[in-house]
Amino acid sequence: MTAADQAAAHVTQGTAAEPDASQQPRTTIPPRPQQRRAAREPRPLAMIRAADVLSVLGALAAAICTTALLWTQIGPFSGVLGYIVVAWCLFVLFYAVLVSLDENRTAMRDRVAAVVMSSLGALVVIVLAFVIGYTFWSGWKALVHLNFYTHDMRAIQITDPLTKGGVLHGIVGTLIEIAIAMGIAMPFGLLAAVFMNEVPGPFARFTRTVVNAMTALPDVLAGLFIYATLILALGLQSSGLAAGCALAVNALPITCRAADVVLRLVPGGLTEASYALGTGQWRTVWHVTLPTMRSGLATAVILGAARAIGETAPVLLTAGATNNLNHNPVNGAMMSLPLFAFLKVQEPISNEITRAFGSAAVLLVLVLVLFAVARAIGGRGPGQLTAGQQRRVVARSRRDLARYTRRARAAQVPMGALPATGPSLRGQARNPHHDRWAP
Amino acid sequence: MRPAPQRRRLKAKMSASDHVFRGVARGGGAFVLVLMLLVGTFLGLRAAPALHKAGWSFLTTAGWSPDGGGFGIAEMLTGTVLIAVVAVSIAVPIALGTGLFISEYAPRRVKRLLVSLIDLMAAVPSIVFGLWGLFFFQPRAVSLSRWINHWFYWIPVFRVNGVDQTSALPTYTLYTSSTFIAGMVVALMVTPIACSIMREAFSQAPLGEREGAYALGATRWGMIRSVVMPFGRGAIVGGTMLGLGRALGETIAVSLIISPAPLLQTHILQHGGYSISALIALQYGNATPFGLSALFAAGLALFVLTLIVNMIAGQIVARSRSGAMSEA
Repeated sequence: MTAADQAAAHVTQGTAAEPDASQQPRTTIPPRPQQRRAAREPRPLAMIRAADVLSVLGALAAAICTTALLWTQIGPFSGVLGYIVVAWCLFVLFYAVLVSLDENRTAMRDRVAAVVMSSLGALVVIVLAFVIGYTFWSGWKALVHLNFYTHDMRAIQITDPLTKGGVLHGIVGTLIEIAIAMGIAMPFGLLAAVFMNEVPGPFARFTRTVVNAMTALPDVLAGLFIYATLILALGLQSSGLAAGCALAVNALPITCRAADVVLRLVPGGLTEASYALGTGQWRTVWHVTLPTMRSGLATAVILGAARAIGETAPVLLTAGATNNLNHNPVNGAMMSLPLFAFLKVQEPISNEITRAFGSAAVLLVLVLVLFAVARAIGGRGPGQLTAGQQRRVVARSRRDLARYTRRARAAQVPMGALPATGPSLRGQARNPHHDRWAP
Repeated sequence: MRPAPQRRRLKAKMSASDHVFRGVARGGGAFVLVLMLLVGTFLGLRAAPALHKAGWSFLTTAGWSPDGGGFGIAEMLTGTVLIAVVAVSIAVPIALGTGLFISEYAPRRVKRLLVSLIDLMAAVPSIVFGLWGLFFFQPRAVSLSRWINHWFYWIPVFRVNGVDQTSALPTYTLYTSSTFIAGMVVALMVTPIACSIMREAFSQAPLGEREGAYALGATRWGMIRSVVMPFGRGAIVGGTMLGLGRALGETIAVSLIISPAPLLQTHILQHGGYSISALIALQYGNATPFGLSALFAAGLALFVLTLIVNMIAGQIVARSRSGAMSEA
């Protein structure tokens, strides 16, 4: 409603309220033709006009053609990457000129900024797609052979074709090492995060400072530390256990810090409600804090694992290298996928390089799977349940209600005397909003 | 007159299970603390003999022969810093643009997809980036190196020794395995880290101030410059520093691409270079006990460098306006 409309409405109300309608009004309002409003076209609110699209396309075409001219006719330019860089710079320039033909400077700057931001966003996506796609494309010749997944490199000459040998030892080794690493890093990381949040004080603050500082530890130093302590000082041989420990040293501060950040986001109302009901600290942590943040904690742990699984430098220093499948983490050298790729890529033989790319691709699949699992679990706020969890909570509440009813009948207490027949604290804490428990 | 009410004594009596819980939690915290301190002190202890022998010349000597003659990290330190600077100066504009695109320009569905993709990029193993950089990127990047050298050779860092400016046939081998190419590959690893921190801060810029800027007639870019960027300034600096910390410690991609140069290499486009982490990865295997101590000293220098950078970054992020609200 425009200001004029408001004024009109105000005056109309005022005259209607006046007892004497024939009195001369103090404000004169020019008559407003009613049909003009009906004839008014709805304003187009779309942000993109045809001219915008055309100027982008025009600038793009001009940039590509000019760069092609520079590259083929004028020289001394060469190379694809330089072509892209120069073409992009020219594109932004041409686009600025095109827009400034029919807009003022402010609008021109706005358009140019939008184009620059969008193309940078697109650049990142394209590069990521290239990196992942190139890995699979280069390793494809190895990946199509089944023996790549079911054999190790035992007794394989480096001149052997891709139909012989595989990375089974790398897959097994990677899984064992990551299991050891997360077996150490996950419980202690979570426990330390709970400690920092639940037992505040100078000691907890100091721990938090040290953990935050150690996230800066370069990965190769974690390997060097384990190499000097476990292997050189304690006499352990290069093994899966040592590699797992090195990965754990690497992953522990990362996991701990991520879990700490997640735990700080627990809604204070939930824990206070639990304390107000007389629950102790331990039961509050176990039944309220941790279940509330379950998805966030799982995401933190899985992303930590995805980070650790691809670390090569700690494994390089501690695991040794072998061509044989080794299930025993305590005894003998153990291969892992990133290490396999790192070592094979340095051989000057194309089959070995293909194998390296193949193992990098398998590693990438592992990371993608971990990542997809983390996305599936995480991404939900505290208290937001999946359909299955919702059903289970409802079923539990129904059972509780039935139990209360039975008990009430047995004790001959009327139903209305029960305290609102609420579901258990667990159900409430997980989902404060659901109200479907009642039959 | 009523007597002042006595202060009530509040005393929580903990149950046995709570005592056990606190004990276990404290134990877990102590374990993590001890382990982390152990790594730090162990680095220092093992580095002591080498540092004692070399003294301050450790930082200024070029060349690595700890068992006979001098050793020092001048060339590796220079290489590490140069690679990190190249990586950050490429990654930060890209991360800034991508962060602004995600938080300000992208439609909602694209936004969620892009956030996932950036997180995924942070999780891609460095060996994958290293392989890509070695086989796909380097053959294409040498021409860019040559182009930069051809036009900007008058800037000292872009100079390449032994190149003939008049020759029609370019000698591409002069440009391979250079600091510049390693830095560009490391930039790919730094970008998602810097980008996610910046995006997080940008998306928290207060709605009232944004709408105020629009109400005063600002364009979207004007709003970004006057509201979003000042709000996220701490995160921009902090994200840059965190990225720098990551770039300093990167090992595998660097040691795959770079080939150890015998001399102090400050020409970033020229073949050869070195970094501390690559030195450790290449030298640990055939090191004598004293050589290992020297490697520990190099590692300690790297750790101190990354620690300082990360702490400054943490302080900047925490002190900034956007950082005060966020929990990161």
